[in-house]
Amino acid sequence: MHSDAILEVRHLSKSFGSHQVLRDIDFTVRPGDVTSIIGASGSGKSTLLRCVNLLEAPSSGQVIFHGQDMTAPGVKATQYRSKVGMVFQSFNLFHNMTVLENCVVGQVKVLKRPKAQARENALKYLDQVGMGPYIHAKPRQISGGQKQRVAIARALAMEPEVLLFDEPTSALDPEMVGEVLSVMHTLAQQGMTMLVVTHEMAFARDVSSHVVFMADGVICEQGDPQQVLANPTQQRTRDFLARFMAR
Amino acid sequence: MQRFLDLLQDIARLWQNYWPGYLNGIRSTLILAVVATLIGCIIGFACGVLNTIPYTKQDRPVKRFFLKLIRVVVRVYVEVFRGTPMVLQAVFIYYGLPYFTYNAVQWPSVWAAAIVVVSINTGAYMAESVRGGILSIDPGQTEGAKAIGMTHVQTMLSVILPQAFRNILPQIGNNFIINVKDTSVMFVITFTEFFAFHRYIVGINNMYFPSATIEMVGYLTMTLVASFLLRALERRLDGSDSYELAQADPLTMTAGTYRRPDPAGGTLSQPPDPEAQDRIRQQRKHGRNRGER
Repeated sequence: MHSDAILEVRHLSKSFGSHQVLRDIDFTVRPGDVTSIIGASGSGKSTLLRCVNLLEAPSSGQVIFHGQDMTAPGVKATQYRSKVGMVFQSFNLFHNMTVLENCVVGQVKVLKRPKAQARENALKYLDQVGMGPYIHAKPRQISGGQKQRVAIARALAMEPEVLLFDEPTSALDPEMVGEVLSVMHTLAQQGMTMLVVTHEMAFARDVSSHVVFMADGVICEQGDPQQVLANPTQQRTRDFLARFMAR
Repeated sequence: MQRFLDLLQDIARLWQNYWPGYLNGIRSTLILAVVATLIGCIIGFACGVLNTIPYTKQDRPVKRFFLKLIRVVVRVYVEVFRGTPMVLQAVFIYYGLPYFTYNAVQWPSVWAAAIVVVSINTGAYMAESVRGGILSIDPGQTEGAKAIGMTHVQTMLSVILPQAFRNILPQIGNNFIINVKDTSVMFVITFTEFFAFHRYIVGINNMYFPSATIEMVGYLTMTLVASFLLRALERRLDGSDSYELAQADPLTMTAGTYRRPDPAGGTLSQPPDPEAQDRIRQQRKHGRNRGER
């Protein structure tokens, strides 16, 4: 097997009742990979990402983190989740805390870091995403793009090995998409391992090292972004891309 | 008109003779209401948290059984204490303990019994308020907390309950005000609060109406002050509408200008080296690097 892989998804399936959302999903994430998951709405992209960090329990199959099966009974999901960051479409910042507290609380409660160190660390990552000036603001007082940058800093402050993005720009006004993508692009350049569900084809093409195209709960095609996006081998991929580019 | 003057005269006389009794009653009422509301809130929050511990089919049967049992117990507690009059609960608990122990165990004081009765009664109401408060919080908040590795208890204490608390603060205020008034039924177990003193005094001098007027004004004053303080607390919890900028925002200018990746690199807070950028621009323009000419 791939001994160098951080994350391996093996034969993963997920059903909600009788409705099967994911079927036999298989892929591998290696250190430094930026994997974009694309596909039509309802194809199971977000569910897949939520299964990867176990926010949804997979119906069958395995999620293997550094060779260890995280779906096995008795495995502490909380510890695993602290090493796999997640950025949500709807930000999910804690409304009862300031921007700074949002980035500190996880480090103190989960990683048991001293408060001063956690604060310093949070400031470092908030500066990196350009949110240093807003540390005293509450989430309701900042814009969508700013919220998403804080959410990224919150995930980064945990110093995760993999960062999952669930359509991070889909809830944003068009003029705010740029600031979030810039941050993600910089992260990719710094070698962060990322798994990104996205509708931003330009991002998938330019930034990712690997593209996964999903349709109806299965991986239809995956590989190099140039190959999948420019010369797709599957008819469904071609149809999807044609519809997407026509917009 | 004459009657009103008479009333004022009677009230003045009552107050002059018995004001320590009335004030003592107010003190007992307030202490009982405050302590019982606080304990009731703690009971309510505990029930609310226990009631919302999630379990899935993958969990061990023992854990699932235990969590289901907790929910049943809480449900029974809520239904029983919400569904019976507090005045009866007081009698039931106060006389029940000595009855079942053949007078071997007595309540240490009527205070203890009164606090227990009002607390568990408030707790039953609060349990449902807290459950509603927790359900009213966007599930995204829980997911955000889980995604950084927080446990259920950590999520509850740091993220969900502070927000739920703010949302149900008006309910807590309601319960407190109800407790200020409804502690008056504690006279059935000989607890002497504000209303019990009224019963005592009119038994002596028959001045029902003047004493009742004092009681009305007294209760209204207590509840109005309570409302005012609760509103102030709500405003304080909401915090200021403004915030201080720690420094200028370096990214505001880039809003809406996502470009193709720039090979010159650089981080967001530190723009790429202008020389390197220039070199790349020249390269694109002339198809080669000028320096290599």
